[in-house]
Amino acid sequence: MLKTRAIRFSYDNNNQFSFPDINLRDGEELLILGKSGVGKTTLVQIIAGLLKPSSGLIEYNGIHVNNLLAKKLDSYRGKHVGMVFQKPRFVKNISVLDNLLLSLYLSRNKQDIERTMNLLSQVDLSHKANSMPNNLSQGEQQRAAIALAVVKNPSMILADEPTSSLDDINCQKILNLLKQHAKSTNAKLIIITHDQRLKSQFNKSIKL
Amino acid sequence: MNISRLSWQNIISNPLHTALSLLLMTLGIGIISLLFLLNNQIEQQLQSNLRGVDMVVGSKGSPLQIILSSIYHIDNPTGNIPYEEALKIKKNPLVDITIPLSFGDSYNGFRIVGTTHQYPDLYKMTLSKGRMWQTNLEVVLGNNVAQTHNLKIGDSFYGTHGLIEGGHIHDNYSYEVVGIFNNSTSVMDQLILTNTESVWQVHNHETISHQHDSLTNSDVKVNNSQEAMITSLLVKFKNPIGIIQIPRKINETTNLQAAIPALEISRLTNLLGFGVQTINIIALIIIIVSGLSIFINLYNSLKKRRYELALLRLHGATKLQMVQLVLQEATILSLLGTLFGLSISRIILFLLSLSIKHQHSFSSIQLDLLGEELWLFPIALLVGIIASLIPIIISYNINIPKTLYDD
Repeated sequence: MLKTRAIRFSYDNNNQFSFPDINLRDGEELLILGKSGVGKTTLVQIIAGLLKPSSGLIEYNGIHVNNLLAKKLDSYRGKHVGMVFQKPRFVKNISVLDNLLLSLYLSRNKQDIERTMNLLSQVDLSHKANSMPNNLSQGEQQRAAIALAVVKNPSMILADEPTSSLDDINCQKILNLLKQHAKSTNAKLIIITHDQRLKSQFNKSIKL
Repeated sequence: MNISRLSWQNIISNPLHTALSLLLMTLGIGIISLLFLLNNQIEQQLQSNLRGVDMVVGSKGSPLQIILSSIYHIDNPTGNIPYEEALKIKKNPLVDITIPLSFGDSYNGFRIVGTTHQYPDLYKMTLSKGRMWQTNLEVVLGNNVAQTHNLKIGDSFYGTHGLIEGGHIHDNYSYEVVGIFNNSTSVMDQLILTNTESVWQVHNHETISHQHDSLTNSDVKVNNSQEAMITSLLVKFKNPIGIIQIPRKINETTNLQAAIPALEISRLTNLLGFGVQTINIIALIIIIVSGLSIFINLYNSLKKRRYELALLRLHGATKLQMVQLVLQEATILSLLGTLFGLSISRIILFLLSLSIKHQHSFSSIQLDLLGEELWLFPIALLVGIIASLIPIIISYNINIPKTLYDD
């Protein structure tokens, strides 16, 4: 269960944000829509434990995330949060498969190669397992990034503008992948975007 | 997949930079290691050829030259000394063994030394073929001499005046090979040994033939006994007191020069040591430059891959794991460079020993790890750690959200 209450954040006096409260159970999906500059990314970072809000409360499965010490915060992110960005991010000197295994290693999960290969075939990339991330096309990179975000079976998937740079076909593909995986692992899925194409596909949405 | 493998992947993904850092580290460590090895080699050679000789008596001149010419056979002798006078030294009760050496002739660059059987005994020489010399003009060859010129028992050759090739050939008397020594890895391998009288015979004949017209027979006889000269005398004492008393006595009361090998060798190694130190400093500077190169590589690649570090943190990596990642990249490079350096110095020494084997008694080379060389590991490690300090601080304090979203 993710609960946020009265979260406020300010970079400086001119950039102050206050965010609506969120209540999200396991397996639920949430779309957060908003134009640029309304603090979408800031909200993602606060929920992921990357930024501390100026005030307010974030509770995750009964844990007060904004009170966690740095080390506990590392393991909170490692264990619970899988993130997808608009621009896919990889460690570029190791293969796609090794990127996934590294994520498992760092989040203290078992490096199960068979399961990881299965995941790669789900995103239609099993033939690219040993390729370097830079050698993948943009669509392939975005799919690999989703695999990277979900390989450790996080209980919450945070996707920040995952589709805005993709064409309609790829957009739908990515969306389906995220939804499928969230459903099959009973994870919470939060997609934050300005991409109006997604609006019709979510029951629950918030406008910033 | 783990942090160590990632470090390794980062190292090999940047082959050009890695090669430069490795090359510099290898060069620095290699030079120092080679100097250690050479120093060790030279000292070992100097010591092993000494064989307990306490004093060398020769003609007045540089004591170091006497040692170099009579023990190591790598310099010209200072002159000759009368055999009679040299014999007087033997009478001193503190003296254990005296060995006369007479040389001045050579065969294709290998010295012909007139002496007694005690000389090869001092080096514990054993015969591989034939027998020891018994009469005049019989010679026993050092192993290297026999191999180089493919000489066998029963072969004969003429000596050349002087210690280098191309001198006047003494073609009146030819030497006959009667024995060949086993290889000993000492200076003996480079020598041609005969009895003292042979050297006299070859040279007195020259005196007679050159001065034939003006001399009568009786003059020659007088000349003979007067000119019974040797080049030097190796002396072993019964008692260490001898070293204190006898050389001083000889130098003060006679026309002879007594030189103490132990003293001259330490003088020589001190001289060499100065040069070695200078080169060592240069090599240390190269190692520091290699550290600088490691630092620049790390710094540049971290700047380019900052978001990777943030990504790792996002996956759940701790700050300590970030430190481990950077530190390993640097120390793997510096330690690998050390290993390469140590190997390359050995390869160079081995090649060196092959090329100069025929000229000097350098035939046994020691390639084991020396005690001094163990110091190179902590030094290289320290250079690696210092080189990674700033990159470590950068990666330790990385601002995850800012880095992830900025570029």
